[in-house]
Amino acid sequence: MTGRVPVPWRWLLLAAAVLLVLPFAVEMLFGRAWLRIVDVALLFVMLSLGLNIVVGFAGLLDLGYIAFFAVGAYCYALLASPHFGIHASFLLLLPAGALIAGVFGVLLGAPTLRLRGDYLAIVTLGFGEIIRIFLNNLNRPFNLTNGPQGITLIDPLSVSGFSLAKTHTVAGLSFSGLHNYYYVFLVFVLLTVLISRRLEYSRIGRAWFAIRDDELAAAAMGINTRNLKLTAFAMGATFGGVAGGLFASFQGFVSPESFQLIDSIMVLCMVVLGGMGNVWGVVLGAVLLTTLPEALRYIGPLQQRFLGEVLIDPSDLRMLLFGAALVLMMLFRPNGLWPPAQRRYPATEAGHG
Amino acid sequence: MEIFVQQIVNGLVLGSIYALVALGYTMVYGILGLINFAHGDITMIGALVALTVAQVMAAAGLPVPLILAAAGAAAILVCAVIGLTVERVAYRPLRRAPRLAPLITAIGVSILLQYSAALVWGKQYIAMPELWVPHKLTLAGAQFTALQLVIFALACLIMAGLILFIRYSRMGRAMRATEQNAEVAGLMGVNTHHVIAFTFVLGSAIGAVAGLMVVLYYGIGHYFMGFMLGLKAFTAAVLGGIGNVGGAVLGGLLLGVIESLASGYIGDLTGGVFGSNYRDVFAFLVLVLVLIFRPSGLLGRHSGDRA
Repeated sequence: MTGRVPVPWRWLLLAAAVLLVLPFAVEMLFGRAWLRIVDVALLFVMLSLGLNIVVGFAGLLDLGYIAFFAVGAYCYALLASPHFGIHASFLLLLPAGALIAGVFGVLLGAPTLRLRGDYLAIVTLGFGEIIRIFLNNLNRPFNLTNGPQGITLIDPLSVSGFSLAKTHTVAGLSFSGLHNYYYVFLVFVLLTVLISRRLEYSRIGRAWFAIRDDELAAAAMGINTRNLKLTAFAMGATFGGVAGGLFASFQGFVSPESFQLIDSIMVLCMVVLGGMGNVWGVVLGAVLLTTLPEALRYIGPLQQRFLGEVLIDPSDLRMLLFGAALVLMMLFRPNGLWPPAQRRYPATEAGHG
Repeated sequence: MEIFVQQIVNGLVLGSIYALVALGYTMVYGILGLINFAHGDITMIGALVALTVAQVMAAAGLPVPLILAAAGAAAILVCAVIGLTVERVAYRPLRRAPRLAPLITAIGVSILLQYSAALVWGKQYIAMPELWVPHKLTLAGAQFTALQLVIFALACLIMAGLILFIRYSRMGRAMRATEQNAEVAGLMGVNTHHVIAFTFVLGSAIGAVAGLMVVLYYGIGHYFMGFMLGLKAFTAAVLGGIGNVGGAVLGGLLLGVIESLASGYIGDLTGGVFGSNYRDVFAFLVLVLVLIFRPSGLLGRHSGDRA
């Protein structure tokens, strides 16, 4: 198959070495704050890979994806914090979060399946908002979500007393919480990439592409479009749920603030800018869009220095650039920075040149 | 009973504003099959422009009718220009692109408009100057202000005018032809690019009037106000049958009444468990229910692809 050239071992080893050393290099060169950003970037890679399944593979535009992240995060937060006094293990909570998010994905997908893509966009957007409104208000009649204050003091990931949030010294190297989470997230990201890649070349993946490119033709070819679309929703939501659980444990704190429409749009931007449908493109998009805006923070002080005052709030500027980037990308590079290879499967062995 | 009548009156006024915004969505959708995500934000810009003009003129002590006329005219002008620009720059080049592409540019435009507004007006709530003392009228047990009456009457007037325009004018005929089949309309000598641009201008201008009404009614404006308004107006358009102008009117009024009644009674019905802070949920609930049970809307045509 084209597009699946085996990567030489030495490249893989090099990549592995870089990824292993990265947190120490980042901490040394840029400081702790940037190590944290790298951790967050990994979470967003997971999220955007999840959304990529829905949008990139199956062609279903989901504008409320962050809701699944929220479901996963709250699932973890409620059952591993002093809020209810329950402290379940993450070995139980991450799969539970994934499952619940997946169920939500199916529940949301089911009523919209017969509809065209643009309706789907609006319904998913509405769904995302509903989840947020409920999270915000379900501190009455009994206090489920603690309302806008959110849930604090969430347990970090820990295995039989070995807490990831604490600093451990192994062989002379000091691994802080940020380091530990980096490696955990990295494992999850690699798993997500692996699953995404395997899905892409699976029977399910090919069926998704067929639905994305022409639903009618796909159905005529005997593809069960309903079930496959639901599968895409469930899969994407599952990834979101796991990422949410990890986020809650990493942050130690969740509130409805973190799950707004704009966050859904951010993740969508990562997928679109990177290259819808291409796993590596999406990874690139997620990394770029988490790190670049952080760099934009320096623009505030720069304005102060050269113009005497902050004319444009850096976070507004960031949003303006996002908006412009979405428009410009669609106009000039609709397939993203790193689009999927055009001819993935040799369509006809004999024909074509 | 009195509360019931009162909520209906409030709902109709709110609904007439939804209906005006919904017209913009439905006209564009009818012709291009595109959800113009940015429409709510165009309305927001109209509202803020009207607000600024009113603030400046009220500070200068000019007469109220003049202020209203100037605020309305300024809002309409700015919105029409923005609508035209957005269509030309962000949508027209993508006319033959895959379906997802214009939807994503629409989201981009929406973000651009929101944060441009945040740059110009800031992120705080802006208060509308009080132009007159509210005048209460009573009819059949329901109280309403003169402003509510004017909003409702003006909205009805605009909607009736639009329906007549589409039915009888030359441009209206061209719009209907383009909606039915743009290619054939083009062959018959209709300049479809002009028609589409005109549709955007018309929708944006009506949205601007709705924006003026919103700031008059609620007394405040905000750079993010277009989001919820747009979402609800879109729901109204879907409820009535998207692409159908009469449907948008019906859907808007209906949604306004539903929302008003629901948020008025939910506290009593659920024993205070759910309050009116869930008000925004109803619109989505309506949307989802319509999409499940009658995806073509109340007045929409039945066609598999559209739905």
